[in-house]
Amino acid sequence: MRHLMKLGLMLFVLCFSAVALAQVDFKVTSPAITSLKQAMHERHAQLRPYLDSGAVGFGADGMLVVRNASAVPLPERQTVNSLVAAENQDRNALYIEIARVNGHPEWQTEISNTFAQRMMEHAHPGWWVQVGGVWKQK
Amino acid sequence: MKNVWFALPLAACALSACVTINIYFPAAAAEKAADKIIEEIWQQKGEKPAPKTTESQPAAPDTRKEEGK
Repeated sequence: MRHLMKLGLMLFVLCFSAVALAQVDFKVTSPAITSLKQAMHERHAQLRPYLDSGAVGFGADGMLVVRNASAVPLPERQTVNSLVAAENQDRNALYIEIARVNGHPEWQTEISNTFAQRMMEHAHPGWWVQVGGVWKQK
Repeated sequence: MKNVWFALPLAACALSACVTINIYFPAAAAEKAADKIIEEIWQQKGEKPAPKTTESQPAAPDTRKEEGK
């Protein structure tokens, strides 16, 4: 009987340490994440003028949207579209990868929502964000 | 014998707690991680993420202001 008690106690302690670990530990490092971040960092420099001019904004889901194509000179429009598409693709890839390295692929949506919310929060003054279907300027 | 009835539910409880909590999304930790990644991605070379400092681009005229709003 003592053994059983000990076993029970051991399990309990083990689980608590696992819980403590699980709560603190949120992994955001992997080779894929590093290269995605690098690509997004470089792309951001190209996207910045369009975010500043309001041609591109943050949709309600946190993805980039070309909200005012007429603010972009005609020869640049295709570039902007490709930049936005590539950026959104990388964002999705980043969220999927973060969920994967944490061993919870089903967290993708929550990770995506967290990033969306934090990006809106960090958006520079002058940038446009979509809140409840309405565009607002920070 | 009494101990079995004590230890078994305890073990079961601990195990289920383990499973339950691991499924929860660690929102606070994720927010912190997101903040850090966003800062890294949006940071410009040689610039702190502060609003507009004077960039080393003397050629750029100030025409951006009146468009787009």
